[in-house]
Amino acid sequence: MLLAPKRQLLAFTATLLVFSTGQAAETPTPEQMWEIIQQQQQQIEVLQRQLEQTSQRTDEIDVKVAETEEKVELAGDMLEEAALAATNPGASASTNIGGYGELHYNNLDSGDMLDLHRFVLFFGHEFQDGVRFFSELELEHAIAGDGAGGEIELEQAFVEFDLGAYHAAKVGLFLMPVGILNETHEPNTFYGVERNAVEKNIIPTTWWEGGGGLRGELAPGLGYDLAVTSGLNVPVAGSNAFKIRNGRQKVSEANADSLAYTGRIKWTGMPGVELAMTAQYQEDLTQGALGVSATLFEAHADIRRGAFGLRALYARWDMDNAELIASSDPAADGRDLQTGWYIEPSIRGRVGDIPGEFGAFLRYDVWDNNAGASNLTEKRQSNLGVNYWPIANVVFKFDIQSQDNENGDDDNGFNLGMGYQF
Amino acid sequence: MGQYSGPAVKTTMTHILKKLVLIVLVNLFPGMAQAAVYQEPAEFVSESFHGNPPAPKVLWLTPEIRQEVEAVLGHAPKGMRVRYWQEQTQTVWIMDEIGKELPITTGIVVSNGAIDRVRVLVFRESRGWEVRHDFFTNQFKGASMQEDGRLNRQIDGISGATLSVRAVEKLARVALLLDPRVNNR
Repeated sequence: MLLAPKRQLLAFTATLLVFSTGQAAETPTPEQMWEIIQQQQQQIEVLQRQLEQTSQRTDEIDVKVAETEEKVELAGDMLEEAALAATNPGASASTNIGGYGELHYNNLDSGDMLDLHRFVLFFGHEFQDGVRFFSELELEHAIAGDGAGGEIELEQAFVEFDLGAYHAAKVGLFLMPVGILNETHEPNTFYGVERNAVEKNIIPTTWWEGGGGLRGELAPGLGYDLAVTSGLNVPVAGSNAFKIRNGRQKVSEANADSLAYTGRIKWTGMPGVELAMTAQYQEDLTQGALGVSATLFEAHADIRRGAFGLRALYARWDMDNAELIASSDPAADGRDLQTGWYIEPSIRGRVGDIPGEFGAFLRYDVWDNNAGASNLTEKRQSNLGVNYWPIANVVFKFDIQSQDNENGDDDNGFNLGMGYQF
Repeated sequence: MGQYSGPAVKTTMTHILKKLVLIVLVNLFPGMAQAAVYQEPAEFVSESFHGNPPAPKVLWLTPEIRQEVEAVLGHAPKGMRVRYWQEQTQTVWIMDEIGKELPITTGIVVSNGAIDRVRVLVFRESRGWEVRHDFFTNQFKGASMQEDGRLNRQIDGISGATLSVRAVEKLARVALLLDPRVNNR
C-alpha cells in the first residue's frame, strides 16, 4: 500500500531532472517556474491524500484487530461460562459445592459395627464482594427417619460480612470457635478413625449454635472470635443429666431463654504453630428449669513442623450450684465439674516410592464427666494408629484402641476407616 | 426442683442485650460490608514490574496443559485461559483456587523458573485467612518444581487453615508449571 506514493514521487523527481537537464542551457522564465511549482504542488496534494487514505486504512485495521480481540475474549468468556454450566448444573461462578464423608468399621468390646458415619455437602455462595453464605448439610449414619439410627443435620448456615480487610461479622447457625476439631473436622485433617474422646465428650464436638459473631485480627497472627449465641439445654434428670454433650439443642426450635457468650484468642504467628484459648459463659444451662450458669475454659496447642506434629488440649466446665445438680439425679453427682485433656504426637511423610503420604500417631485421652464427685469416674483411652493419604483429599485409617475406665466398663479393640473431601 | 426465676435486673439486661445484638447484626453489618481485599490484583501486577506493567497476555489451556494443571489442582481448571503478565524471564500470575468453599485470589511472581513472591490478594473463606501473612507466603520464595511435580521444599502449614494452605500451594505449583510454557523453557 505504501509503494504507490513512493513510485509516483520517484517518477516526478525523474521528470523534473530530465526537464532541468534539458533546460540547463537556459534559465527558466518566472512563468515556467510558476508552472513547475504548480505541478509540484499538485503532486504533493495527491501524495498527501494517498498517505491520509493509507493512514486511515491502518487505523481501521487496528480498530478491527482490537474488535476481533475483544470478540475472542467475549467468546472465551461465554465458552468458559458454558463449560462451567455443563460441569456444575445450576451453579454460577460465585456458587461452589464441596463435601466430605467417612466410613467406619469398629471392632470393639462394645460391639462390631460398619457405619457410613458422615456424608456432608457444603454449599457456599458469594453474593457480592464481602458478603458470603456458607452451609454444611450432614447425613449421619446413612439413613434418617422414624426408627432409623441416622439424622439429617444442618451444621452450618450463616451469612458473613467482611468489615474491611481484617474483621468480619457473621449471623446464622455456625460452629462454635472452640477446640481443634470443632471447626476443622474433615477426615483427612486428623488422625484416628473416630474423633478424640475429649473433644467429643467435654467440648462437645461437633457443636454449633445460632446467633451472631465477630472475628478478626488484632495483630499479624493474633486472631480473635466473639459470639453471642443460643445456649445449651442439658437434661436435668436421668442418666445423662447435666452431661454437656446431651445439652446441644442444634438450633432446632431451641429454647433461647438463656444465651451463651464466647470469646477466643488464637495465635498462629509462625507456620505450623497454633496456640489458642476459648472461654464461654452460659447464663443458664437448663434454660430456666433450675438456673445453673456455667463457664467453659479450653486451651490447646496444634503444632506441625516438617514431618513432626503435636496436638495437646485441655478443656473444663465449671457449673455453679453443685448441690442442686447432685440432687437432680443420682447420675448427675459430680457433674458440676467436667474436665478432659489429651496429647497426640505424630509423624508424617513419604515412604519410598509409594505414592502419597503415611502418618503414624499415638493419642492419650483422659476425661471425666463427673469430676466433682468423690468417687473415681475418670476414663482413659489410648489410640495408636496410622493414616495413609494416597492423595491429599483421600485417607485410609487404622488404629488400635484401649479404653480403661474406672467403672470397669472398658472398651478395647480396633477401628478401620476411609475418608474423603472435595 | 422449683421453677427458677432470676433477678429482674438480669432479665431486663438480657432482653436489652438481645435487642442490641439483633439491631447491630441485622441492620448495621450489611451496610458496612467491604471485601477482605489485601491488595488489588492490578496493584500487585504493577508493583511486580516496578510501576510499569506490560500488557496482559493469555495462555490458552490446550488439552495437554489442561491435563497437567488438573493433576496439580486435583480437579479440572474452571477456565479455558489463564491471564499472565511477562517481561523477559519474569512472569506474574493471578489465579483463584477454592480452599473449602470459596475462591482465594492469589498473585504469584515467577522469575527464572523459581517463585519470587506469593501474595494472597482476596480472601473469601470463613477460616484460614492466616495464609495471607508474610511468615507463611515467604516460605515459597526461591521454590521451584521437582520432576515429580512437587515443590523442592517443605511448606509448613497453618493449623486450622489446612485447606487454605493447600489451595495456595497448588496455585504456586500451577504457576511454576505454566511459566516454562510462556518462556519456552
